[in-house]
Amino acid sequence: MLKYIVKRLLLGLLILFGTSVIIYFLVRSMPADYIDINTAAQVSQGKLSAEDVARMKELYGIGDNSLWGIIGSYFTWLGNLFKGDLGISFIYGRSVAEVIRQYMWVSFGIAFVALIFQIIIAIPLGIYAATKQYSVSDYSVTVLAMMGISLPSFFFAALLLRVFSVGLGWFPLVGLRSAETMQSGFPAFLDLAHHLVLPIITLVVLSIGGLMRYTRTNMLEVLNSDYIRTARAKGLSEKTVIYKHAFRNTLIPIVTMLGGVLPTLFGGAMIVESVFAINGIGFIAYKAVLQADVPFVMGYNMFLAVLTVLGILISDILYMVVDPRVKLK
Amino acid sequence: MLVFLFVFSFIGPLFTDYNDETMFYIPRTVPMVSEENFIGADGIEYRFFDISKDIVTDKAPPSSKHWLGTDANRMDVFTRLMYGGRISLTISLIVVFLETFLGVVFGGLAGYFGRWVDTLIMRIVDIFICLPGLPILLISSQIIRSIGVDPNHRIYWLMGILTVFGWAGTARLVRGQILSLREQEYMTAAEATGIKTSAKIVKHLLPNVMPQLIVAMTLGLGGIILYESALSFLGLGVQFPRAAWGTMISAADPSKGSDILANYPNLWIPPGILIVTAVLGFNFVGDGLRDAFDPKMKR
Repeated sequence: MLKYIVKRLLLGLLILFGTSVIIYFLVRSMPADYIDINTAAQVSQGKLSAEDVARMKELYGIGDNSLWGIIGSYFTWLGNLFKGDLGISFIYGRSVAEVIRQYMWVSFGIAFVALIFQIIIAIPLGIYAATKQYSVSDYSVTVLAMMGISLPSFFFAALLLRVFSVGLGWFPLVGLRSAETMQSGFPAFLDLAHHLVLPIITLVVLSIGGLMRYTRTNMLEVLNSDYIRTARAKGLSEKTVIYKHAFRNTLIPIVTMLGGVLPTLFGGAMIVESVFAINGIGFIAYKAVLQADVPFVMGYNMFLAVLTVLGILISDILYMVVDPRVKLK
Repeated sequence: MLVFLFVFSFIGPLFTDYNDETMFYIPRTVPMVSEENFIGADGIEYRFFDISKDIVTDKAPPSSKHWLGTDANRMDVFTRLMYGGRISLTISLIVVFLETFLGVVFGGLAGYFGRWVDTLIMRIVDIFICLPGLPILLISSQIIRSIGVDPNHRIYWLMGILTVFGWAGTARLVRGQILSLREQEYMTAAEATGIKTSAKIVKHLLPNVMPQLIVAMTLGLGGIILYESALSFLGLGVQFPRAAWGTMISAADPSKGSDILANYPNLWIPPGILIVTAVLGFNFVGDGLRDAFDPKMKR
């Protein structure tokens, strides 16, 4: 077991190395960099000369844009990474790790609440649909789930905003807190929750479909297996068969799937956050990409890649822990 | 449903007299409120309100000539829907075929030859799978924007990047299938006849991977439409003046002011409905095909 985990971790490091090379080269070949964008006005007014700009770029470590320059600065970046230093964000002037840590929890909170709702709604629905395969209720649940999968998040968010914010005026349009009043304690929390209702509904509706269909497929597979037939033959009630015998084995793939949600939990939902103008990590990263904040974009993408690798590893390990039939290779 | 969409997008434009980039100046009167501050004779500041009529030519309401009205740039929304559909469907079809091609080639090589070829290709696939999708696409389209590609060619570049970051899943699927097929008896028989390796792969292995591939392709079509529209929505996909469904919805983005969101649903709800229809259609077909190919799911 330990040997397996160590092997997988080493493999993960290799994958992360490859990922970081690709991301770094992509990020560095982004055209207008942060310095250019922010000094363009001064240069055109003659306040800064081209040499000044070049010197600033040198200071930020993005001066040399030739292939060898990029390779050199990649290794500088990699070296700093091993020292636990992700660099300083251009926009925020603070270390990237700090910025990520600051905004991550907003996204985490939203995604976590959404995940809980998703599980509470999707798993019972999936089981229900599977036990009544090919019935009217099965079809309607499946069709609803499919609609959830097929909705573009921004369109659904805009619809919700149109109906509930603009039309009915129940929820605020964007942002995280009301600007007019200074609140603290419990009222502030209520205000925050009020602002987050629509984003969370969007996330839940979009993600329910996938989990529900997954549950349905697995339940169908389990219900077709021999031991369920044995249980039925013993004369157990349908309820005991489904909720005591089948349900447990349905949970195996679902538990392992939870490893895969790690990136969504911490990485933020870029589009939903930008539509609702929530200062979560996704929205921050979107703005950083637009402004070519090289260290931050690098840090964010690597953060996501690490989460993905860890997520896959965790779900594989969970799979072995939960299901004794799976053996190590 | 899908047939309707294809007809609508590819044949529809032949029947309209309008082009997707023509501007129509349709005058209509709207009440306009103007206000002005002035200091009266008594030294107190007053605010002066006036309601008058103003003539605007954009965002015309739906009429018999322009079924869905015109948008903020005075272009016919209905026609733009057709052209947008053309772009979205073309992009997704081409990307899916390219992805499948790459996936089959690499997955096939890895699965058939095994050993170091397999290890090498699968590590590359792992790397591509671990790349965070949307951020990478954003960065890539930023790059495209900067290297000064002709706006009309941007679509092809968009297809390129969608393909490059999308083939890994297909490759993994093909490899898995081929690995299990390779061990079956009929392959030993094929081996015994002494045919060429390429013939073995193309004639004996690939046809057996096809069912799963077709399912993955149809499901992929919907996913790519979603990605493309998300990119367009963020302003990094298909560029104005070309029409795209995502761009049309982005007019309703609340960060650009809520006027269109609140008052002109005819501008952004139809493209949204079309996206949902297209993706839903592809997903249903894919799902149906999967059930048809997979007898395990039947009771």
